[in-house]
Amino acid sequence: MSRRLTFDIFRYNPNDPKSRPRTERFTLDETEGMTLFIALNQIRDEQAPSLAFDFVCRAGVCGSCGMLINGRPGLACRTLTAALPDTITLMPLPAFELIADLSVNTGKWMRGMSERLETWVHLEQAPEIDALELAMEPEQAEAIYELDRCIECGCCISACATARMHPEFAGAVGLNKIARFRADPRDRRADPDYYQLVGDDQGVFGCMGLLGCHDLCPKKLPLQTQIAHLRRGMLKSALGKS
Amino acid sequence: MGSTQRMSNGPNATASPWPGYLDLVQSASGLALGLFMWLHMFFVSSILLGKDAMWTVARLFEGYFFFGRPYPALVSLFVASILLLLMVHAATALRKFPANTRQYLDLWRHTRQLRHGDTSLWLLQVATGFLLFFMASVHLYLMLSHPEQIGPFASADRVWSGRMWPLYLLLLFAVEIHGAVGLYRLALKWGWFAGPDPATTRRRLRRAKWLTSVFFILLGLATLAAYMRIGIEHAPHAGQHYVPAWSGEIE
Ligand code: HEM
Ligand code: SF4
Ligand code: SF4
Ligand code: FES
Repeated sequence: MSRRLTFDIFRYNPNDPKSRPRTERFTLDETEGMTLFIALNQIRDEQAPSLAFDFVCRAGVCGSCGMLINGRPGLACRTLTAALPDTITLMPLPAFELIADLSVNTGKWMRGMSERLETWVHLEQAPEIDALELAMEPEQAEAIYELDRCIECGCCISACATARMHPEFAGAVGLNKIARFRADPRDRRADPDYYQLVGDDQGVFGCMGLLGCHDLCPKKLPLQTQIAHLRRGMLKSALGKS
Repeated sequence: MGSTQRMSNGPNATASPWPGYLDLVQSASGLALGLFMWLHMFFVSSILLGKDAMWTVARLFEGYFFFGRPYPALVSLFVASILLLLMVHAATALRKFPANTRQYLDLWRHTRQLRHGDTSLWLLQVATGFLLFFMASVHLYLMLSHPEQIGPFASADRVWSGRMWPLYLLLLFAVEIHGAVGLYRLALKWGWFAGPDPATTRRRLRRAKWLTSVFFILLGLATLAAYMRIGIEHAPHAGQHYVPAWSGEIE
């Protein structure tokens, strides 16, 4: 007993002068275990060959298929149509540059953020490539890995009222990266250094604690506690206590 | 955030500590106001225990029981410090307000689209905070300028004959919603009580937030009703002060 699904999909190609932003409606029969990835491919194959959307891994790993699903950010490849009502509205993630239809340039945004927040390990000295890497406590490695699971899908940015109002806000993805390097003993930076990067209203003090990011992160990263922890650390820095 | 925007400050830059200070001041002033509002509600609701109880609380703040005579200026001094706290809080919280049409539209669309509880509560917090600017100031100025007119009859006359009850009714809802949401958010922002299971803590905090709002709104409504009833009865003698059953001298 399969449902007939109705898709209202945002269509607009900014590079085509004739294109106007609009919503197009498609219908198709739901199949067993159908994800939005399967549905979108079927629509593109059978009804709208020009429909633009991004996928790479189809397994919630690459972070390219984020979109607004009935108004809430999520990964299309990890969303079963069975979990959605008969009518499904798909929109591109807001806060990112639109490429076309459902495809947005999260990569450009993430790169800007990474450069600004210097999201790489700052070693004490140049690594000795011949030497054996220093061992790390398994718990410590676990803690870092937990935060490293971020796939840069951008859902936390689109779920954040602060990021929507203030395009220069680093967002949960950026703050989580800082938390990740703060937890890494190989990184020589200390809190006063991190304060230079996120100790302002574009950084951790801009976060209002609405937790859209935490609730909608498809990888279930512990953003709530990480941001709170970072906020306390950065406040200590401001007060000159670290 | 494009790559053209502000890059890192570099190794020699010194970022200002002010964003940190202001975040602390905003949270601390919100915390102080939020906790004070709880105490305040218990003080004013003393009227539910009777006119003598409320009279005693009012005289307490005038130092009557320490100095043997009332000094209403003490009340003014205290009110002034609350007003100052409110101004500091409003000034710091204003940094978070949407500041232009685009930001208001973004916030509005975002909140409607997302259907996310804590985001919607924030919009409510901005709206109630904005209302408090005006409503709290009116109330505070009255207390500041007429500190001697706090008592079972004086307050009831202000509520009824002075037609303050519509303002107090709105103020009650605005404060109890704004304060409870604010305290809830404070706990989340700073990671208080997070413990080993932050998700459970958050659920509990959310329930506590609703319960405190409802409790203080009900207590406030009962209190306001009590003042209104006294005010209606006392309307023919509005302006006369209450004299407690056991004393003939004061007021
Ligand atoms: C009796 C009066 C008030 C009480 C008890 C109160 C209490 C609080 C508390 C506890 C917070 C949380 C602080 C934080 O998140 O850092 C807060 C936040 C806030 N308050 Fe108030 N407040 C009052 C008056 C006002 C007024 C007059 C305004 C108007 C500007 C205002 C605007 C805000 C805003 C916008 C926030 C959110 C800030 C954020 O999310 O970062 N409040 N308030
Ligand atoms: S923190 Fe979560 S929502 Fe944000 S980019 Fe990473 S995986 Fe996506
Ligand atoms: S807690 Fe809220 S304001 Fe902070 S990053 Fe997450 S969604 Fe944005
Ligand atoms: S396609 Fe890679 S996360 Fe969805």
